Amino acid sequence: MQQGSLLELRGIYKTFPGVKALQNVDFTLREGEIHALMGENGAGKSTLIKVLTGVHIKDEGDIFIKGHEGAVQIRSPQEAQRVGISTVYQEITLCPNLSVAENIFIGRSKGVGVKWKEMNRRSAELLDSLGIAVKPTQQLASCSIAVQQMVAIARAVDMECSVLILDEPTSSLDESEVAKLFKRRRQRKERGVGIIFVTHFLDQVYEVCDRITVLRDGQLVGEYEIESLPRLQLVSKMLGKELDDMADIKNETKTFNDDGSTPVYEAQNLCSSEGIKPFDFHIKRGEVNGFTGLLGSGRSECVRAIYGADTVTSGSVKMDGKPVKITKPKDAMKNGIAYLPEDRKRDGIVGDLSVRENIILALQVKTGFFRPFSRAKANEYAEKYIKLLDIKTASTNTPIKSLSGGNQQKVILARWLLTDPKYLILDEPTRGIDVGTKVDIQKLVLKLASEGMSVTFISSETDEMLRTCSRLIVMRDRKVVGELTGDQLTQNTIMETIAGGDRK
Amino acid sequence: MSKLPDVNGGGSVLSRVMRNQILIPLAALFLLAIFNLIADPSFFAITLKENNMGNPVLSGQLISIIDNGSELAILAIGMTLVTASSKGQDISVGAAVAISGSVILRVLCGTDNSPETLQAPIIVAFLVAAVASMLFGAFNGVLVAYFRIQPMVATLILFTAGRSIAAWINNNQLPIAPGEEFKVFGGFIPGIPIPTPFLIAILCFIVTWAMLKFTNIGLYSQSVGINEKTARLNGLNPELIKLATYVILGLCVAVTGLIKVSRISTINYSVIAKDIEMDTILAVALGGNSLSGGKFNMAASILGAYVIQFLTTTLYKFKVPSTALPAYKAVVVIVLVVLSAPVVREKLSRLMKKIRSSKNTAENHA
Amino acid sequence: MSVNNLNGRRRGLLRNMTDTNLLTSITIAVFVIMYICAIIFLQKGFLKPQMLFNLLNENAALIILASGMTLVMITGGIDISVGGVTALISMCCAVFLDKQGGNVIGAIFIAVGIGLAFGIVQGFLIAYLEIQPFIVTLAGMFFARGMTTIVYKEPFNVENEAFVALKDTRVNIPFLGSVNKNGVYVDAYVEIGVITALLIVAVLFVVLKWTKTGRNFYAVGGNRQSALMLGINVKKTTFMSYVICGLLAGIGGFVYFMHVGSGSPSHASGAEMNAIASSIIGGTMLTGGVGNIVGTFFGTMSLALIQNIVRSVGLDQAWWTGITIAAMLCIFLVVQSIIIARRKKANNKQKQTEVKENADVGQ
Repeated sequence: MQQGSLLELRGIYKTFPGVKALQNVDFTLREGEIHALMGENGAGKSTLIKVLTGVHIKDEGDIFIKGHEGAVQIRSPQEAQRVGISTVYQEITLCPNLSVAENIFIGRSKGVGVKWKEMNRRSAELLDSLGIAVKPTQQLASCSIAVQQMVAIARAVDMECSVLILDEPTSSLDESEVAKLFKRRRQRKERGVGIIFVTHFLDQVYEVCDRITVLRDGQLVGEYEIESLPRLQLVSKMLGKELDDMADIKNETKTFNDDGSTPVYEAQNLCSSEGIKPFDFHIKRGEVNGFTGLLGSGRSECVRAIYGADTVTSGSVKMDGKPVKITKPKDAMKNGIAYLPEDRKRDGIVGDLSVRENIILALQVKTGFFRPFSRAKANEYAEKYIKLLDIKTASTNTPIKSLSGGNQQKVILARWLLTDPKYLILDEPTRGIDVGTKVDIQKLVLKLASEGMSVTFISSETDEMLRTCSRLIVMRDRKVVGELTGDQLTQNTIMETIAGGDRK
Repeated sequence: MSKLPDVNGGGSVLSRVMRNQILIPLAALFLLAIFNLIADPSFFAITLKENNMGNPVLSGQLISIIDNGSELAILAIGMTLVTASSKGQDISVGAAVAISGSVILRVLCGTDNSPETLQAPIIVAFLVAAVASMLFGAFNGVLVAYFRIQPMVATLILFTAGRSIAAWINNNQLPIAPGEEFKVFGGFIPGIPIPTPFLIAILCFIVTWAMLKFTNIGLYSQSVGINEKTARLNGLNPELIKLATYVILGLCVAVTGLIKVSRISTINYSVIAKDIEMDTILAVALGGNSLSGGKFNMAASILGAYVIQFLTTTLYKFKVPSTALPAYKAVVVIVLVVLSAPVVREKLSRLMKKIRSSKNTAENHA
Repeated sequence: MSVNNLNGRRRGLLRNMTDTNLLTSITIAVFVIMYICAIIFLQKGFLKPQMLFNLLNENAALIILASGMTLVMITGGIDISVGGVTALISMCCAVFLDKQGGNVIGAIFIAVGIGLAFGIVQGFLIAYLEIQPFIVTLAGMFFARGMTTIVYKEPFNVENEAFVALKDTRVNIPFLGSVNKNGVYVDAYVEIGVITALLIVAVLFVVLKWTKTGRNFYAVGGNRQSALMLGINVKKTTFMSYVICGLLAGIGGFVYFMHVGSGSPSHASGAEMNAIASSIIGGTMLTGGVGNIVGTFFGTMSLALIQNIVRSVGLDQAWWTGITIAAMLCIFLVVQSIIIARRKKANNKQKQTEVKENADVGQ
């Protein structure tokens, strides 16, 4: 190990069926530093964290930790705690039925008994020092999400650890809480503890971090001193485009001719239960537009609100100029809206059912309970789209879960195209699929639009958006911060808007 | 029987058959048959006799299996749907059968315990029982779908109260339905040598087949059971679909109740359809359906029900007393669930791989 | 909005209570109110302390079984084999004492051994092979019931002298007695089983409240994934809960046997359902993580009391028992479900107001 380093990862490989999640990744954490781990979706940062915390077991590579001879093996969360790695996860991994104090101390106190008084007293001290105003005896479930997150942090901070990992802990916290957290973190820094910080909020990175490691597509892009990496360059490194290159990319899309007609879909002050700020939105016939922004900026929540997938809390919606009510997905479907969800596995596929059943599902629901398609008709539909979208499957009977990710995505796409929608929403249709399929999907989007369909397209890859969209709505921190059309549609402007250049 | 889409794509005909889940009950049936054939071939003898009414009737162990297995098979239809959509089972079916039977007798006998003639047409009695059973099914369904209580626990309520309610309906009397007319449903139709329960079961299978073919209940309930989030995003109402499956099970319960009380023309509240919930769940599991919901194969479930009855009859034949039966069945259940547990499967497949690879290396060395 | 602000908001007493305490309080209140009502409206025997002690005598075994059930339910599981195990134990002990000429100590060992065996096998299948608890213990129940008749078919009374002496041992409680029909003062008494049950309740209460193992049960029931991340051995904890439940089924089985003094295949029929009902009425959540032994104790007593009341008002037909239990179970289940839903809603609302306030600040 090098002098002064706390934790070293060398040549880490991790493969999941069909995905190379990490390839030859190195990472070094020095004593007393706050080190940001950055990367877009699928870059491999959460896999790396999980390898470190023992949730996943690495395929190859070595982990060195100060104070331990040779490479250490981390096979479970308990082992990770034992070698001094303590973690705060993005999702709250505490028990909602226990009190705040118990959540801080459970699983790490010694002895057989529980000393409530001492535990409550120590918790009170700890919570006080972190400025968390919550009673130690309160049940965790009755605290707000933000407080729960702070309690998780308090637990991690209090543990005897040399490496503290914060995996997007700030996504449910607001600014004053984050400020408090950072204050405490500086104190930790003085004690020589190293902190790995994963976040999507660039402001926070530049406020507190000393060093940044950027990952992309499971590979190491590089390690940088914070001073030597301006915001714009960081964004370009994460997205995988050099600034100079990007300036050269011509906007190949023809601009959409706004003929002043009534929009196909129009929403005002739309807001859902998922914590986005109210936004206005409209789309016209044959238009392709998109929501852009980093992960967690609220782009998916916006389209979910449009489709009625989350509980809509306010706003008015018009379709073709007529006011309609969309409170649940079925309303949206009846109005000719189709939605391809971001999380294919969780929200998209019905894993055990066949490709055929997955394709006809939405149309079948639309036609009604008492009018099922005959087997032949269903097969005909399925065959048609398997051919049209070039879906690689053994037969229409194959369960969808045995298909590759790209082909699964095409099946879901086929499901919605079959309903012949007026307005198609595609949330990350190209995530985690091969390049060929990506291009196919982009081409398809443009073709559909030229036939008069309106499409909203979300992608983490900006060049994909540039190739397909004629208007981009930019989001930051769950808020719409800009709208780009025409000449503004360049990588540079997008990145400047995302990075919030106007603020610094 | 229902024709559900088979799981498998491609492959040779043989491998397709091998992978079909109906193979599981078939294999069990085959093993049982072989066992009986070796032990005593007379097990398979079927004779045509005249019963005390002067009707020609078939008799023999096989006939008794298809006769007594009918109730189980009918309940298995509903249970399969409930399992698929709500990822759990209804353990109140036995108690609900008692209620349905009690209602039928109450309507048939009126206030008199042993009237001379039927006080109401049988069809009316059955319809009243069907409505009652479906209401109780809906009660379970509401607890499961809207109050989000685990199915087995929600149905525990009716499991506890069912037989008491059944007794209460008839004021704890044991009414006896008069006449031969009512006995037909649990016995024989004059002139037809096949037991009526089996004919009723066949009718139910046809209705089920039609239901699966002419409505989307199969697709909907499976989608809800496999991935509720996706189902909702595709415009389905998961709660309503779960409720519907419980109501359908209620109807199956009503039919079972009719057969059960018709067999003896009266009712014994604590014995009628005893432990049938266990057998029904076992039938669904034996049909190769996952008890944690999702994809189902109705034909396999129904066959599973008859296999269970085959097992029961075989055990009876070996002089196992009826009260000891549960112990044997419990062993079968445990063996089945252990073998189908994902953890065990994974370990087994790893073991197989190891054996295969060690074999390969051995061959390479040679 | 800052945390300070958030906490400064006034909150009702109920919101500050943990789920466990809230549900336990409800149960105790229900029991007390029912008892007071019984005294006021029915009088008959409810004023005599012996009435209360009889409730205990009748239900000592159920209290023990329900305690084990509560433990399993706190970790998020269920065990419906306890009734069958109780019947099997009664039968085995009865056969051992009467037909084999065994002694009482041996019988106790048999009871505990059978209970533990069920606990260990079921616990292993559930915790380490990850099979659904309901299926495993359902099979366990049927196995136990079937085995009972295989051991011996007919019901019979045990006449072993030592055992009969033990069975008839009464622990007198001074000063709480009453004057009987003949005008003679009779001390109030409880059976040995009651002492055992109360001891078990006390021990389990301490274990669940003041030991790490006890708190681990709650953590695992609250959220398995989180418990794993918090460094708890989830599988071992789950396994332990079933083993302890099995052990308690063993002890409870023997207490039951001591109370009835006979072996019969139909013994303890429906005991598992009564145990589950007692736990639920006592405030144990089916979803796991919430529950309390004291609550379970009062749950069992409430259940016994309501049956007693139903009998006292003249509804003495057998079916009323089943219906009242089911009705109580239903009410408490629905109350639980509503409490969960409201908690969730309250949290969501909080989240939303935060967002809204943020938005306001933003502008």
